[in-house]
Amino acid sequence: MNVLVCVKRVPITGGKIVLTPDERAIETRHLGFTISPHEECGVEEAVRIAERHGGSTTVLTLGPAEAEEQLRDTLAIGIDRAVHLVTDGSDWDPESTAAALVAAIEAERAAGHDPDLIMFGNESADNGNYQVGIRVAHALGRPCVTGVKGITMHDGRVRCEQELGGGRDVYDVPLPAVVTVLEGLNLPRYPSVPAKLRARRKPVESSEPARSEPRLELVRLTVPPGRGRQAEVLGEGAGAAPAVVELFKKLGVA
Amino acid sequence: MVLTFVEHADGAPDALSLQALTLARGFADGEPVQAVMAGPGAAEAAPALGEYGVATVHVAELDGGYAPQAWARAVAELAGRIGPAAVVAAGSDRGNEILAHAAVMTGAALAANCVAATPGDPAGVTRVRWGGSLLEEARLHGALKLLTVAPHALAMEPAPAGETAIETFGPELRPEDLVVQVSERVDTSTGGLSLAEAPIVVSGGRGVGSAEGFGMLEELAGLLGGVVGCSRAVTSAGWRPHTDQVGQTGTKISPDLYIPCGISGATQHMAGCKGAKRILAINADPDAPILANADYAVVGDVGEIVPAITAELRRVREAS
Ligand SMILES: Cc1cc2nc3c(=O)[nH]c(=O)nc-3n(C[C@H](O)[C@H](O)[C@H](O)COP(=O)(O)OP(=O)(O)OC[C@H]3O[C@@H](n4cnc5c(N)ncnc54)[C@H](O)[C@@H]3O)c2cc1C
Ligand SMILES: Nc1ncnc2c1ncn2[C@@H]1O[C@H](COP(=O)(O)O)[C@@H](O)[C@H]1O
Repeated sequence: MNVLVCVKRVPITGGKIVLTPDERAIETRHLGFTISPHEECGVEEAVRIAERHGGSTTVLTLGPAEAEEQLRDTLAIGIDRAVHLVTDGSDWDPESTAAALVAAIEAERAAGHDPDLIMFGNESADNGNYQVGIRVAHALGRPCVTGVKGITMHDGRVRCEQELGGGRDVYDVPLPAVVTVLEGLNLPRYPSVPAKLRARRKPVESSEPARSEPRLELVRLTVPPGRGRQAEVLGEGAGAAPAVVELFKKLGVA
Repeated sequence: MVLTFVEHADGAPDALSLQALTLARGFADGEPVQAVMAGPGAAEAAPALGEYGVATVHVAELDGGYAPQAWARAVAELAGRIGPAAVVAAGSDRGNEILAHAAVMTGAALAANCVAATPGDPAGVTRVRWGGSLLEEARLHGALKLLTVAPHALAMEPAPAGETAIETFGPELRPEDLVVQVSERVDTSTGGLSLAEAPIVVSGGRGVGSAEGFGMLEELAGLLGGVVGCSRAVTSAGWRPHTDQVGQTGTKISPDLYIPCGISGATQHMAGCKGAKRILAINADPDAPILANADYAVVGDVGEIVPAITAELRRVREAS
């Protein structure tokens, strides 16, 4: 069972988002980076599938040279190898992103690494285009189940569960297949120190894809006004309890 | 003309789809708005769309359970036949999924979760990123434009259209369109109050300190008739299940009162509770970002403050 997971490097924005002067990106000079929690669950699931059923795991990203940091993080979780499509760090639209990922997956297949299961996040943390996985699935002619919170491999098929309010929808599709996953699929492990060291020696193949003209073209970003108010401090410590209960009364919830 | 994919349940159109129609009518700019529906009960729900400016509803005749690619084929085939300037849907799970498939089938670009859109070539769209913490202004190119509408960004505005014509059609499916189809539904409802709908949510973050620490939050939430939520730091630590998580990758809530305890207020957390009417933050740090996004705050140790509030609430209730 070969599994491939697509992940994207994004900043950890903290309590407030600050934009660059050209308003086309988030100011990241003082920020750390990560991947979407959905994708983290995809990585964990890939490793579990390989642990249970054998086969190899690959992580694929399109992003700046620095995205190697996120690839190494997933290698420390237990992914075997990484493919890095290196960009200049600019924002790629979902169609160009999907096209680059498809070309890379076709190259993987040609090299004998045909993935049985390809995993995406349901949506990327930053752009939230809700489409890269579906576009890739069509280009490869593979079925795609989205928003998955439960995966079971059986008899050359994958059983996928989607959570709805008060229930679960089940899909059962033949492999090879594409699934887009949500956080809650599993509880990802923390990498051990030896695993982090081993990750440094795992292979990362890189290439530089070409980008076509975007049809969803970024003009500028804006930070929407927040609630725009600083909290009224009712008090400090346990002594504030009467003031809080007064507030509950005022709000009609006491 | 603008075509809108409308979801429905129990014989009525979904609220998110009616919100999408508000954007669709604005984008149509006086041109007609038509709708496409699918699934059991579509024909019963269709007439209600006359109240929302829809002149013609196309009902796709599709057998079997939900099959995203088949439903998208119906939308794409219809769009090919009637030639709309745009196809609009709600930014719901299914709306986003179906339009992404339809985008591939029609060769169009798709802008997901828009809050505003102006027609033209290119069209101008404003869409949400980072779960709503950021807005993007973008140009959407191509003869046909596909867009979904961010949930709760627009009101559902009635716009009576007079007679609504209902037309059924049987889309021509390909074998691959039915490979992905709901084969089974498992009922997991507990009958209890859900996090998404609770009027009061008492949430805990890393500052609660342990899984056991949530006992005091359960107690307060129970007294107030609410439920317990949490931050991602808490689910990652395994203190609470992911179903309790509020935020961008958790549940989006809009309670009357939200009480985050020991939660710093990261943008991804706030993305899930923006809809709360009032926020009372309990935090040890008077400079925590959550205080800049809350209505009321109590500064100090959650382990002292929450039990004190619970005791005071009990005392006041017993006295009255
Ligand atoms: C793409 C992405 C998606 C994400 N999605 C989500 C999401 O859906 N939901 C979510 O919550 N997070 C999400 N996160 C994570 C988010 O960025 C934060 O890391 C997380 O919300 C922090 O949780 P916290 O506030 O509990 O912990 P911390 O940030 O560590 O804050 C702890 C707070 O507790 C206070 N505190 C400490 N001790 C006490 C005490 N004794 N009494 C009172 N207060 C105390 C501290 O002052 C501090 O403010 C996401 C991150 C990314 C990158
Ligand atoms: N630059 C990228 N590199 C690798 N995978 C990506 C990239 N962008 C998006 N994806 C994948 O596609 C999913 C959906 O992205 P989106 O369509 O932007 O919401 C993400 O969760 C990733 O799994």
